[in-house]
Amino acid sequence: MHSQAHEKPAHLLIETVARRSYGKLLAFVATRTHDLAAAEDALSDAFTAALIDWPRTGCPANPEGWLLTVARRKSIDYHRRRDANAESLDERIEQALSAAVPESDIPDRRLALMFACAHPAIDESICAPLLLQIILGLDAATIASAFLVSPAAMSKRLVRAKEKIRTCRIRFSLPEREELPERLYAVLDAIYAAFAEGWADPAGTDPARRPLTGEAIFLARVVTELMPQEPEPLGLLALMLYAEARRSARRASTGEYVPLPQQNTALWDLTMIAEAEVVLQHASGLGRIGRYQLEAAIQSAHVDRIRNRRPNWDQIIQLYDALFELTQSPVVALNRALAISELHGPEAGLREMPDVSSDARLAGYQAFWAARADLLARVGYHGKARHAYDLAIGLERDASVRLFLQQRQAALHS
Amino acid sequence: MQYLLMLYADESGWTRMTPEEQTRGMEAYRAYTEALQSSGAYVGGNRLRPSGTATRVRANNDKTQVLDGPFSDSKEQLGGYYLIEAPDLDSALSWAARCPGAHHGTVEVRALWT
Repeated sequence: MHSQAHEKPAHLLIETVARRSYGKLLAFVATRTHDLAAAEDALSDAFTAALIDWPRTGCPANPEGWLLTVARRKSIDYHRRRDANAESLDERIEQALSAAVPESDIPDRRLALMFACAHPAIDESICAPLLLQIILGLDAATIASAFLVSPAAMSKRLVRAKEKIRTCRIRFSLPEREELPERLYAVLDAIYAAFAEGWADPAGTDPARRPLTGEAIFLARVVTELMPQEPEPLGLLALMLYAEARRSARRASTGEYVPLPQQNTALWDLTMIAEAEVVLQHASGLGRIGRYQLEAAIQSAHVDRIRNRRPNWDQIIQLYDALFELTQSPVVALNRALAISELHGPEAGLREMPDVSSDARLAGYQAFWAARADLLARVGYHGKARHAYDLAIGLERDASVRLFLQQRQAALHS
Repeated sequence: MQYLLMLYADESGWTRMTPEEQTRGMEAYRAYTEALQSSGAYVGGNRLRPSGTATRVRANNDKTQVLDGPFSDSKEQLGGYYLIEAPDLDSALSWAARCPGAHHGTVEVRALWT
């Protein structure tokens, strides 16, 4: 029958459009009204209408334009209903929503929307979830699992953040030049937070988390395309590509955790690494160094293993020095100490380790205890190493990393 | 705020494990308890005897009934618990995610009433 012939391609197209253009459509509908929740409803109605119409009547030539037209109509209906008592709907809103847009050329306002989501008035911890929902259309339950938050609480926080954007009329616009660097970092940090949550599931066994690394890379690409002159978005993109390129090497075929030094470089994705190198070079060509470029450069020095069989530790230590200058982060200090131990031995590494009393966050940081345990074991302090392993194991979320640490611990002499 | 982490798992899974796997499993719980203790989150916790040893008591209409077996015959049974101190639900959830029980079963997190 007619409808069956259309069904499959229609669903496929709707999925593709949702993936490619969700944020663009939402940004366009919400820009004037500032009402993200209403725009989401309107857009969701439009997608529902497409799911009913397209399989029956065939796919429109311009699917985005079709969806936008329906979403705008729904949005106007919604605002009319809500403001039924008011004399008329704000004319500017009505005009903006119904104004004809060249259908093939929907202006891309995603960047402005991202800046609104990462506005200082919005709670920092909700920025990454908000970006995932607003730009990519992920649902609250998926986001909640990824960030280890209860779905009800995540939903509530997302609603509250959108409400704040609407009631405070946070502008959907690019920040002024002087506040751009700081505001841009808020956007980039949120993207990186989303990546890190996906990265925490290296085996890719958790379907709720695995796509997050890909989604974060997609978001970074959007920012680099819309702000081609800014080096740090490129730095972030390169950093994530280097990391993602090693995904399949992080687990043995039998599922065991494989630490970076033991990874089989043949499993690294060379195409992705090559892209990362090009992106990073392009970033440094713009002549303004920043922490994401430094972090990406460290990854690049690790990748030297492909060419010279060992990472470039001298360079890695220098880069960590620069990064520590910039961030004063105990995590950077920890990684710097590990790099030093590679070059000058475990005693030197232990001496450079940040002190757990210097920063309370370290006490609950799994990687700190795992690194400390390893260095202590290599120096021969097996009792202290055993205790550090206990904490590293107890703080670990990933079962195969836990198993790896348990094996290391069991290998200690008693 | 105190939270009760209730560890549900398929009990038969334990008996199917090799002795080495069982030792590693115990060790993982010991390390987890240790991490909870050194962070100050640990209030209490223990492992329960198998659900087959459970007995239910119900007093309806002045008639007390005693029944064998656990409250619900689900695939996963309550096998242990941790009582922890956490500033909010999010940090309780992150402890739950680290619990070895989350990997071979389900950890239910409930806030205490007071």
